[in-house]
Amino acid sequence: MIKVLAKDKWQGALYSLVFVIILWYAVSLIFSIPIIPSPFAVFRTIAEIFQTKIEIHVLHSLGRILGGIAVSILLGVPLGFLMGYFERVDKLLSPLVYFTYPVPKLALLPIIMLLFGLGEVSKLIMIVLIIIFQIIITSRDAVKAIPEETFRSLQSLGASKLQMFTEIIVPASLPEVMTATRLALGTAVSILFFTETFGTEYGMGYFIMDSWMRVNYLDMYAGIVILSFMGFCIFTAIDIAEGYICSWR
Amino acid sequence: MIAIKDLTVKYQGKNEETLALDKVNININTGDIYTFIGPSGCGKSTLLYVLSGILKDYTGTVSIDGRDINPKAQRIGLILQNYGLLPWKTVYENTMLGIKIKNDSRVLDEYSSYILKQLGIDALLDRYPKELSGGQQQRVAIARAFILKPDLLLMDEPFSALDAITREEMQELFLNIWKQNSVTTVFITHSVDEALYLGSKIVVFSPSPGRILEVLENPCFKLDNLRFRDEYYAMSTKLRKIVSKG
Repeated sequence: MIKVLAKDKWQGALYSLVFVIILWYAVSLIFSIPIIPSPFAVFRTIAEIFQTKIEIHVLHSLGRILGGIAVSILLGVPLGFLMGYFERVDKLLSPLVYFTYPVPKLALLPIIMLLFGLGEVSKLIMIVLIIIFQIIITSRDAVKAIPEETFRSLQSLGASKLQMFTEIIVPASLPEVMTATRLALGTAVSILFFTETFGTEYGMGYFIMDSWMRVNYLDMYAGIVILSFMGFCIFTAIDIAEGYICSWR
Repeated sequence: MIAIKDLTVKYQGKNEETLALDKVNININTGDIYTFIGPSGCGKSTLLYVLSGILKDYTGTVSIDGRDINPKAQRIGLILQNYGLLPWKTVYENTMLGIKIKNDSRVLDEYSSYILKQLGIDALLDRYPKELSGGQQQRVAIARAFILKPDLLLMDEPFSALDAITREEMQELFLNIWKQNSVTTVFITHSVDEALYLGSKIVVFSPSPGRILEVLENPCFKLDNLRFRDEYYAMSTKLRKIVSKG
């Protein structure tokens, strides 16, 4: 069952990829201007310059994005779980979360950079600051959505609070946490791009902007394709992880 | 023995207090199976939640063998109408959950294997609850309760979600295993038939607020081919009269 579904998904992804390439190719033929190169020229460029010019940027971006997601999960999920399970913690922190959630945190970038410098820490803080809210709120709501009855068997067995967490709260909320992570990923890639246009010489954001300044459109497109592919790979990895962790669904 | 004295439970609603149980007094003998019958909403389940230590807000006294109810100290098996299985655990993990929480050895010993075999779920151990039928899920819940070797077994309309044929099968299967273990059992039901078939004593509840109307010795208990006998018919008529008078 799971295998069949996965196959369908792969076929779907392949069809859309082919469709996008055909569309791109058609547009490049119709306009035939340097700013829209043919996809095949771009793929050729990727093959030529990936190892020499792009690889280092990919590694930097990948590190930042995985770091940002990891920190957000490690901080956000436990916090969300505590808020979901303990009414008092929720009452204390919810107003804070709701008050700060709509603040456009990207606008805080100058302040963050002044406080933490132009380096990696600022970039990590930016990513975490923006995606952690989605993860906190989803984790909290996932715990709150667990039906009261689910806890009854364990209560009658005299289970401890810790056992409630390990036996019920964590496994019951994991699917939602995975979904939140997937959504956060899309946001994280956008923020990554933005933060990499400042104060760094490594990262896909830098590579794309730099190619643009140098009017090297083939390199620029190669960067965009690679960045998209990177996002797609992490997305798929989360999908596969979810399939394993939530196989009971 | 379970001693319940002047047990009163009130639920705080939005505007008013609702009385769920009103001065319930009863002693439940060790090794006996008591069926509690009464109309829905009469507080039968409330009684069960008090006994299982889930509901702590009550007045009166409830003790098991002279000690207060404490799920950490006592071994209480709870079987609910919706089976109470954890969907992320396999059948094996679900059946072992009780002894895992109690920190016993988690290996499949002879007794556990015997129970699983008796309930016919020994071939399903790797499955998840969603891959089982309702009857199979309830077998898993029963296995979990018996593997725990409980001091007290609490059952809240465990078979009412099953179809008629599966229900009778499960009643028989349950009674078989119960006879080999004789755990003190409180069995909640709204079916006269089930109360007669499974209870050595039958407790009749009044409609809300729950009071005990009568405690009956059940002469039919442990008779073979019960459903085809005259005693069954006579007792059934008597019981129906008490319930409807309530």
